[in-house]
Amino acid sequence: MAELTADRATEIMTVNIGPHHPATHGVLRLIVDLEGEIVRDLKPVIGYVHTGIEKSCEDKSYWKVIPFVERMDYVSYFFQMEAYCGAVERLVGLEIPPRAKYLRTIFLELCRIHSHLVWLGTTALDLGAISMLWYCFRERDRILDLFEMATGQRMHTRYFQVGGVIEDIPLGFEDKLRSFVEDMPVRAAQYQALLDRNEVFLQRTKGVGIVSRERLLELGVSGPLLRAAGEPWDLRKAFDYLAYPELEFKIPVGTVGDNYDRYRVRLAEMVESAKIVGQALEALPAGPFIAEDRKYVLPPRSELSTSMESLIHHFKLVTEGFRVDPGEVYYSIESPRGELGCFVLADGSSKPARVHFRDPSFVNLQAFREMALDSYVADMICSLGMLDPILGGVDR
Amino acid sequence: MPDAPGLELIRSEIERDRPGGVLATSFDRGQAALVVDPAQILAVLGWLRDEPGQRYRFLSSLHVADYLPAEPRFGVHYELLNRDRVERIRVKAMLADPGDDALPEIDSCVELFPTAEAQEREAFDFFGIEFRGHPDLTRILMPEDYVGWPQRRDFPVGGEPVTFTYNEHRYG
Repeated sequence: MAELTADRATEIMTVNIGPHHPATHGVLRLIVDLEGEIVRDLKPVIGYVHTGIEKSCEDKSYWKVIPFVERMDYVSYFFQMEAYCGAVERLVGLEIPPRAKYLRTIFLELCRIHSHLVWLGTTALDLGAISMLWYCFRERDRILDLFEMATGQRMHTRYFQVGGVIEDIPLGFEDKLRSFVEDMPVRAAQYQALLDRNEVFLQRTKGVGIVSRERLLELGVSGPLLRAAGEPWDLRKAFDYLAYPELEFKIPVGTVGDNYDRYRVRLAEMVESAKIVGQALEALPAGPFIAEDRKYVLPPRSELSTSMESLIHHFKLVTEGFRVDPGEVYYSIESPRGELGCFVLADGSSKPARVHFRDPSFVNLQAFREMALDSYVADMICSLGMLDPILGGVDR
Repeated sequence: MPDAPGLELIRSEIERDRPGGVLATSFDRGQAALVVDPAQILAVLGWLRDEPGQRYRFLSSLHVADYLPAEPRFGVHYELLNRDRVERIRVKAMLADPGDDALPEIDSCVELFPTAEAQEREAFDFFGIEFRGHPDLTRILMPEDYVGWPQRRDFPVGGEPVTFTYNEHRYG
């Protein structure tokens, strides 16, 4: 009985949260030390959805790896494809045609909006704003419709190929995309109007989960989390890849780096991405949508019945795949969560000897402890949502 | 990326300040890499991070590749980034397999780059690289009681039976 009368406020209690919990945004387990309702220590435990994708890739020819890597971060699948295809293109020294660059840029930015919409809907849901989920998923559905129209699949499209994209956009796609690009900034403004005047949302996010910019850089954090802390670092601006150097867009940054800034940065990014898509659509160059190097790229279907050589190339590519001279490449792009890097090691055969993804969720998750320390449990859930980890990408 | 002459310049400067640190350089497909003596990895990484002319302060990625059948077989890769000059450089430390179930060892760079904490754990988990001085070197993605180093090249693909309930009696 003596324990019961002791001062309860100073008692530290270790609580297990997850791995199956709707607020952990995936299969994430948290071991939390609580003092009353305050988080005093925290350790994320990951690996529950580890499926050995990197290992499986070593057993597949180069072109068969593409659908595998898409399934890592299942919300931003186009980015995995681009990181991998870009790395292989750099390994074999293949230049992709301008139209493919623009098409890839369009689909990447649509996917970024898609990813941010899923994030906004689910995170606002964590804070009790259930209507945001319906609104965000309404817009997300329009993006998935566009993906389906162009690629035949709503998710995991296998649209990017080594050398370009698998096929050109269909008739009527441009009109549909244009109307989406016009609507998206209006929708984003509506989301902002809903959330920015919501006192509950503001109180739950402002001043919560602050980690200094210097500390974030030490922890290797990149993407919207870093930009919300005031660091204007974006690989789309810093490095020269795809059509980004030819397009005009801004990098939204925050000031204090709390959860409210993280929300504002991502919301502004959606508008910027819509602008990029609109510009890329207007400037979309004519010409081939995939490189014409028959050693790496499948010949057009129509040539197979008339050209023996095309048939041989087709046969070689489909059965064995193309071989890549020994070498290694690290290629990184700006995904919705930060720096997504892909390392590919070639050993001269038709299968990669190593495919490694530097997944931004995996690295960013290290900042979670400091975001949540000395805050309430409820704020910890909010911080986790604002961190936006995708556990498929974390565990690979 | 530093270009090929820039890479040689970096090499000669490291040679001046940390003699014997760099074993070789490679400039392939536009990417610069330093092959570093594993015993001096922290000296070289620290030099690249803090030397006023270099300042590669951001560690983008730490990963391991298994170069089997080459010897030494394990390559620990550090992808460093200088955000002011927008340049990347790869630092590679090649580790030999000591054999007899002993693990190859290298110093942990968590003190220099706190971001390496989880990535070194991942490298340990999949390749069995022992990072000396790591605060908590345990398995991160595989189950904690797992035996073996699954991403080594001599570990077979599909060597792991999938435990569904119907084949439980076969694999226990």
